[in-house]
Amino acid sequence: MIKTVYSEVKPYTRGWLALVGGLTAVILAALFAVHTMEHQGHWVTGMTNQVVWGMPHVFAVFLIVAASGALNVASMGSVFGREAYQPLARLSGLVAMALLAGGLAVLVLDLGRPDRLVVAMTHFNFKSIFAWNVILYSGFFAVIGIYMWTMMDWTARRFYKPAALAAFLWRLILTTGTGCIFGFLAAREAYGAAMMAPLFIAHSFAIGLAMFVLVLLVAYKMTRRPLSDELLGRLLRLLGLFVAANLYFMAALHLTQLYFAGRSGVEAFILWEGGTVTSLFWLGQVGLGGIMPLIIAFGGCGHAPRKRLTMASILVVAGGLAQIHVLIIGGQAWPLDLFPGMEVSSSFADGRIHAYTPTLLETLLGLGGVAISLLITVIGVTALRILPTDLAPSTPDRME
Amino acid sequence: MTLLARLLLGLMLTVTAAAAFAADFPALPKARGGDCVAAAPVMRRDHADMLKHQRDDTLRRGIRGVKASLKDCVACHSTDGADAKPVPITAPGQFCQTCHAYVAAKPDCFECHATTTGAAP
Amino acid sequence: MTEVSRRHLLLASGAVLITRAAQARAPGEAASPSQRWGLLIDTAKCDSGCTACIDGCKAEMGLTGHDRPLTDAQYIRKLTVKDPMDGNTHFLPVMCQHCAKPACVDVCPTGASMKRADGIVLVDRHICIGCRYCMMACPYKARSFTHEEQSGQKPHLPRGKGTVEGCTLCVHRIDAGGQPACVEACATKGKGAMLFGDLKDPGSTIARRVAAEATTRIRADLGLGPAVRYQGI
Repeated sequence: MIKTVYSEVKPYTRGWLALVGGLTAVILAALFAVHTMEHQGHWVTGMTNQVVWGMPHVFAVFLIVAASGALNVASMGSVFGREAYQPLARLSGLVAMALLAGGLAVLVLDLGRPDRLVVAMTHFNFKSIFAWNVILYSGFFAVIGIYMWTMMDWTARRFYKPAALAAFLWRLILTTGTGCIFGFLAAREAYGAAMMAPLFIAHSFAIGLAMFVLVLLVAYKMTRRPLSDELLGRLLRLLGLFVAANLYFMAALHLTQLYFAGRSGVEAFILWEGGTVTSLFWLGQVGLGGIMPLIIAFGGCGHAPRKRLTMASILVVAGGLAQIHVLIIGGQAWPLDLFPGMEVSSSFADGRIHAYTPTLLETLLGLGGVAISLLITVIGVTALRILPTDLAPSTPDRME
Repeated sequence: MTLLARLLLGLMLTVTAAAAFAADFPALPKARGGDCVAAAPVMRRDHADMLKHQRDDTLRRGIRGVKASLKDCVACHSTDGADAKPVPITAPGQFCQTCHAYVAAKPDCFECHATTTGAAP
Repeated sequence: MTEVSRRHLLLASGAVLITRAAQARAPGEAASPSQRWGLLIDTAKCDSGCTACIDGCKAEMGLTGHDRPLTDAQYIRKLTVKDPMDGNTHFLPVMCQHCAKPACVDVCPTGASMKRADGIVLVDRHICIGCRYCMMACPYKARSFTHEEQSGQKPHLPRGKGTVEGCTLCVHRIDAGGQPACVEACATKGKGAMLFGDLKDPGSTIARRVAAEATTRIRADLGLGPAVRYQGI
């Protein structure tokens, strides 16, 4: 058993300053967007009374779902005993917390009354899955916090296993809760399906791991720490597995929807006639985020593991954003069916497909959330001993 | 020594004078109606709690026509301008605005609630 | 002559009852679960060109709008419903259906979306955070988000930027013993297609008509128990 040595990232180097400066600039731009949106009201965005959740929610749900998935690397090591992943557990916990913080920031800053965050924290309607998620999200920080502490402090080592198991179970419940936000909406034909929960879990595995891998690769490149091809290959195969699981649940959801005669309209919209939504589904969600990473992971691709893993992760992230866009925007674009079987029209846009054109403001807010997540990660690895100095067993200085 | 004492005394007087200047209570427009629902010191201290309690009773339980009503506050304390049009109670110099500006408190009520009585201007 | 016998006499005579829609509650009295306010809408009397209910609602609630149809609030709207099989077309107003089991109330994280004891579904804008989950959940598209700063609100209808709003069934009128503005406008300027009353009062016109005539509810299959009933659709 080789002891892993962790060390902080050296701050104030040129690369560190450029990264932190860049991220801060994006966050400032997002805050400017929030100020404009909250001062003017939401009419300056592309969101309407028809498409009530827009680009901020695409980014927020992406980050929140990715957060629970990013914890999986830690769980693989400590719950399922895969030793190769154990040195990555600290980073996995940090990235999970950072992604969740970024996602929640976007969600809160898009509220009509973000100044009433304290109301959301003090008034709970326990019949609402949304209220449960507020509790699950807050608890996620606490549970991972304890888990990280048991990893980083030897005196708390005996709590390590139970904390790891608690974190793993908590993240499964959390993603179930996020999926149920959509799964519980009976009236919207694109949602209202129990399949949402397992689909969200499978999707979280894929995009969470992809985000984690990208952070890992960039961090090790920038700090010139070694990474073994063996580990990268392992991560690539794991990512491929998760992508396949996501594709499976996605197919199961759409087959179920197609089988329900009443839902053939919305399925036709998403799969064939939806314009942007259809393109994003087939090219983004299925092509870039599903089939391509599978080919890269398992097909006979001659490139080095690092290159393949980088490519696959970027594709999974892009496909993941497309998948959530199709779900949130595509699902709302399809009108509510007040009179099934009838053609309906009104002054309130009843009975017609709703267009959604995001403005720069709401896109900036979403990107701001990503920047917040990354900035927290950078500060975390700078202040704490998160990153192993060496992840390539062949290098001699690994032995102490 | 006496010089120091004088200086200190002078400083104290200046500070007191400044405090007294800052404590000058702003002039408020006269209310339309007669007596308020409670004495002025009580209203100053408790009006926010009274309104908060009443808002839940009225909106959530449907209890109407009781003591603390924001609508009645506005009806009694708002004034008409020179053109006989009602002046919003949140306008400078008006009842709610003046006092809240003095204590540097920003009430959220008039984000939604009407600032004049009767029809919209 | 007792109250009941007078009512029976009128019924027997077949006279059109001019019922007082509601009784104003005494000051300090809470809304009662013994009442259930509802509407009965006869689509046969709803004309294509008429917008009396909508105009009445806008005037009553002070919904001026900004000429931005995608973001302006609409508490009541008129639906054109066409049967693709035969091309037959009907018109009907749709507003908040004041459900017995409202989806908006179930999903609201803070409890701002609420149902009063007498069945009126409201948004408590004091604790609404503007998340819009109720708008995602409502099958009737009954709610609007206030997309911009408001001024010149009516004293009986506070509304402001960043919160969700919708039809209140003119709760301020009901509490004072009146009926909703749309119903009144339809009776005076339209063809009297809308009837308001207490569904739990067996003697009310609405309860008697609902008992005697076939009525439907929009998306009754969802099981939310709307208090707005329709005829002729």
